[in-house]
This record gives sequence, C-alpha cells and structure tokens, in this order.
Amino acid sequence: MHADRLRLVEVEEVVRESPSIYTIRYRDDRPALPGQFVMVWLPGVNEVPMSLSYTGEDKGFTFRPVGETTKALAALEPGAPLGIRGIFGNSFKLTTGSALIVGGGTGIASIIAAVEPFSSKARVHAALGARTADELFFEKRVEESGAVLHVATDDGSRGHHGLVTDVVRKLLESGGIGQVIACGPERMLRGTAVLGREFGIPGQYSVERFMKCGIGICDACSLDGRLVCNDGPVFDGDFLLDSEDFGRYRLAPDGRRVTV
Amino acid sequence: MSVPDTGTAVGTLKFRNPLLLASGILGESAASMVRVYNSGAAGVVTKSIGSESRPGYRNPTVFEFGSGMLNAMGLPNPGIVDFGEVVRKTRASGVPTIASIFGSSPAEFAALAASMQEYGADAVELNLSCPHVEGFGAEIGSTPAMVGEVVKTVRDSVSLPIWAKMTPNVSDVAALAGAAEDAGADAIVAINTVKGMAISAKLRMPVLSHSVGGMSGRAVKYVGLRSVYEISGRCGLPVVGVGGISCGEDVAEYLMAGASAVQVGTAVSEGGPGVFGRIAGELSSFMSSEGFSSIREMVGIARR
Ligand SMILES: Cc1cc2nc3c(=O)[nH]c(=O)nc-3n(C[C@H](O)[C@H](O)[C@H](O)COP(=O)(O)OP(=O)(O)OC[C@H]3O[C@@H](n4cnc5c(N)ncnc54)[C@H](O)[C@@H]3O)c2cc1C
Ligand SMILES: Cc1cc2nc3c(=O)[nH]c(=O)nc-3n(C[C@H](O)[C@H](O)[C@H](O)COP(=O)(O)O)c2cc1C
Ligand code: FES
Repeated sequence: MHADRLRLVEVEEVVRESPSIYTIRYRDDRPALPGQFVMVWLPGVNEVPMSLSYTGEDKGFTFRPVGETTKALAALEPGAPLGIRGIFGNSFKLTTGSALIVGGGTGIASIIAAVEPFSSKARVHAALGARTADELFFEKRVEESGAVLHVATDDGSRGHHGLVTDVVRKLLESGGIGQVIACGPERMLRGTAVLGREFGIPGQYSVERFMKCGIGICDACSLDGRLVCNDGPVFDGDFLLDSEDFGRYRLAPDGRRVTV
Repeated sequence: MSVPDTGTAVGTLKFRNPLLLASGILGESAASMVRVYNSGAAGVVTKSIGSESRPGYRNPTVFEFGSGMLNAMGLPNPGIVDFGEVVRKTRASGVPTIASIFGSSPAEFAALAASMQEYGADAVELNLSCPHVEGFGAEIGSTPAMVGEVVKTVRDSVSLPIWAKMTPNVSDVAALAGAAEDAGADAIVAINTVKGMAISAKLRMPVLSHSVGGMSGRAVKYVGLRSVYEISGRCGLPVVGVGGISCGEDVAEYLMAGASAVQVGTAVSEGGPGVFGRIAGELSSFMSSEGFSSIREMVGIARR
C-alpha cells in the first residue's frame, strides 16, 4: 500500500499572495520534490489536487478561489483541520546548466518549487504569466532565488503586454537555454511545447486532469493511457505533442472524452 | 524443466494467462486498457457502464489503509452510448474485452448487454452490486431470485457469454451463483468489494463522502478465496476469482480454490499496470518450482 495515506494536519497560516491568490501553510515532514502534489481534503466539502508551492517541512499550496472548494479553503482560519493524501506524482528535473521555467496563472504555484532549488545550481530564467497584475504572485521568491524574472500579463498591467509564450519565444531565440519547464493553462503549455520543439529544446510540462483517486487506479486522469496522478503530472514534451489528448481532449468526471 | 503453460479458458473464451483487469480499475479509457494488456494482462474488464452518464460521488472517494482500501466512486461512467467508441477501440487493438454493465432492473441490464454485443465485446459481466429500483436500497444481486431474473432476461437478449459478478455481502454466495447458473450464465465472478466504512476519530465523521464504501485489496483475499471455494463446490460453471490478489502465489491460491482465471484491481495502485507482468512471471515461477505444467492441473486442487 502507499506510504502516502490520509493524515490530518492543521492550517498554520493562510497567506494572501495577491488580491486573488492564497497560500495555505501546514506542517508535514514527508519529503517532497518540485512539481509533486497532494490531495487536500476539506472535511465536509471536497478533496482536490494541489501542487506544493513549498516542499520543505513547512509545506504549502497556493491557489485561486475559483469554485466551492477553493473558496472555502481561502476562508479557513489557522487551526482548521485538513486531510492530506500524498505526496503524489513525479517531479521536475534539472538536466542542464541553463533552464527556462515558465508558469502561467496558478501554474506559478507549481514551478516556483523548481525555480528555487534549480537557481542555486544552474542559470534559470523564470517567466511568469497572468491575465492581470492582480493574479501575479511569487515574483519576489523568483528574484530572491537568483533567477532572472520575466513577466507578461494579458492586459499589460505588468511586464510584457501579451502572452507569456511571446517571452518564451524571445528567450529561446536569444539562445543559451538547455531545457524548458512549464506549468499552466493547457493552451499556454501547448504553445510552449511547440516552441520548445521548434528550437529543439527538451521540455518537461506539468498538466492537469480531473482527479479522484490520486493513486493510479480510477482512470479519471488518463491522458492517452498515461495517468497524470501517477505517471505525471510532469511529462516529456515529445510525448505530449505526439499524444492525441494534449491540448485537445480530457476526461470529464463522468468519463466522457470532451475537448479541453 | 519446460516452461509451464499459463494459458487458460473461461468457457469458450481463451486467455494467454489467468490475469484479467478487474472492473472499475483503469477501465474507462481505451488507451489505459490497451496499456494494461501490453503490460501483461490477458484481458480486461471495463468499468461498469450504465444507461446514462454519471459523474459519481464527490471526493473523497477512496481511503487507503494498511492492507487494502475503501472506495465509493458512485459508478461514474460516460453512459452506454458514449462507451461504444471505447469498447470498439479496445477490441480493435486485439485486447480480449469483457464489458461490465450495471442497471437497476433486468430490462436495463438486457438493453445494456445488447449494446455491448453490438460494440463487439467478448463477454458481458453483470455488476449485480448496485441498488435495485424497487429494492429500497438493497443490492440487485442480493437474492437468488433477483440474480436469476437479471441473468435470464440478459440471456434472452444476447448470445454473448454472460459472467455474473457476485457480491460477498450476503450469507450464502453459492446460492446466488447457483441461481445465475440455472438462469443461463456462462461464468461466475467473485467477489465484488466487501461493504465497509472509515471514520476519522478526530473529525468525528466518515471519511468517504458517501460514508459507506467497498473494501478491496489484500484484506479481502480470504473472503474471496472462501467465496470461490464455496461457489465451485456448488455450481458447475467456470469461476473467475477476484479480491486481494497481489502476487503469483495469490493467483495459485484462487486457482486451487476452484477459479479458472482471476482479476486484479487494487494491486494496480502499488506498481501501476506493470503488476500484471510481475504477477504473471511469479505465477510461472511458482508453477515451475511446484511441478505444475498447466493451469488446469491447479484448478480446484485444494478441494479434491
Ligand atoms: C495535479 C494538479 C495540481 C493542481 N495544483 C493546483 C494549484 O497548485 N493551485 C490551484 O489553484 N489549482 C491547482 N489545481 C487545480 C485545482 O485542483 C482546482 O482548481 C480545484 O479542484 C477547484 O475546485 P473547486 O471546488 O474550487 O472548483 P470547481 O468549481 O469544482 O472546479 C473549477 C475547476 O477546477 C477543476 N477541478 C475541480 N475538481 C477537480 C479535481 N478533483 N481534480 C482536478 N481538477 C478539478 C474543474 O475541472 C474546473 O475546471 C491542480 C490540479 C491538478 C490536477
Ligand atoms: C476504485 C474501485 C472501483 C471499482 N469499480 C467497480 C465497478 O465499476 N464495477 C465492479 O463490478 N467492480 C468494481 N470494483 C470492484 C473490483 O472490480 C474488485 O471486485 C474488487 O476491488 C476486489 O478486487 P481487488 O482486491 O483486486 O481490488 C471496484 C474496485 C475499486 C477498488
Ligand atoms: S486520479 Fe485516479 S487514476 Fe489518476
């Protein structure tokens, strides 16, 4: 059986990272790697997957309140009980001396855990994208890590006015990047993976699918026969671009194959 | 010594080894089922499919403990119409495909079976562990009379082999199997999950959103073995054993209790689809070291 069975933790702190982004901190001494996630159970409400934005003993996950569960999570007070399952999934790996790490929207929560440790071993460019400045977060963590920060917003309220993939193209054009790592909306991921392939740079992309079991048995998160919860969430760019599903299809909670 | 022959058959259906994927595990997408087959399973049973699409229950839907797990998924499925493409694709990849169905009345089971036959399934497996329309919550497969009625109605509607899957949550599972045999079933599958629940003492509440769920994994192996043993003692149909199988010797135990093939579910959470290749290898080694040259030599040996 999995060593990562359900345990109860207490919310230590709820941090407001920006007007629309929250982090919940809790203590858990299980080792975790950048890109891994946990299933967070808010008793009486729901259990949802969340990437770890802090992977040390003082763990944390960072989210935007979009629906019932995330809104209820944002309203928690210190001391509130949470159920945690995991640490689940594979992780981002530093394979070269120079990485471009891209985070779009709440995907920033996942890649920040790679930016910090990788910046101490390699030259890292971190490109953060959001719809608007209010939805940007962790710029300070990027700067403090020593990575070079690049920012793009759809509405131009901060950084480059446009898509983060514009920034990605520019950086790839200027050369010297050995690998690409990214997490974010699937359209942005696909765009980044296509650019990576165009420039011949290997990539690791973290994708999201609806999750139920988290332990690789229910098939809810299947992406072309790979399980995002167990085989992923980080996949090789070539696998994704050659798959039928990436950027096109996902399974709905009832198992129907629907467009992303 | 020569390599043992792990091939087996359930009625007219032949399999390269006795290991099939259990229903509800990785059986929703064609790609996952093909992967399971390529990882060493001899065939797959699909997720249980009903007439309409259902999203299933809200999370938490699973709870793991030391020797097994509980689940209350709530029969999520895309509905019989959308599932046609999945069965066709899986079948087209050469994977022996047993289509699991669930309904709340005999007529519903019969209609679903007819669709699965049209899609090209190799057999239908009746998931009889689901609520009965007029049953006020009782499982449709909890009495011999209801099991007989469902099997007979399906028998009248399809020519496909019919596998009847038993719930262990009854006092006399062999009587249910006998009723299925009398009504025209081709094989008995046992067992489905054992009813159970988990409570968080600190939170003073059930863990699963549906409160009550089904137990599976190592902890239920002994219930499964006993069920197969009792069923094969009472009825003449081939039996497919399920419950808590995670290694080659577990398979041997089920074969010896009277099963001709087995299904593996929860163990997939421990090593992914690769468990099938591992278990098949272990079974083959067990047979070599114990001097068995075929599966048939083992079937029912514990009851002779
Ligand atoms: C591996 C993984 C890591 C994630 N990490 C983060 C993160 O770090 N920060 C963050 O803000 N969000 C993350 N998400 C998404 C997060 O799980 C959803 O935002 C959350 O479940 C929404 O729940 P809700 O009830 O608030 O909203 P709902 O109104 O229920 O749903 C809003 C959206 O969230 C998706 N969603 C709902 N339930 C699930 C589920 N069980 N599994 C997957 N998606 C679901 C829905 O498909 C929908 O698109 C991650 C998802 C995955 C698969
Ligand atoms: C997550 C999960 C989902 C299941 N879904 C179904 C299902 O849809 N239909 C069915 O007949 N059995 C279902 N089962 C029961 C299994 O097919 C099997 O009978 C049971 O789990 C015992 O085998 P195991 O210990 O190898 O898992 C499910 C089991 C699990 C763990
Ligand atoms: S969430 Fe169940 S297999 Fe991935």
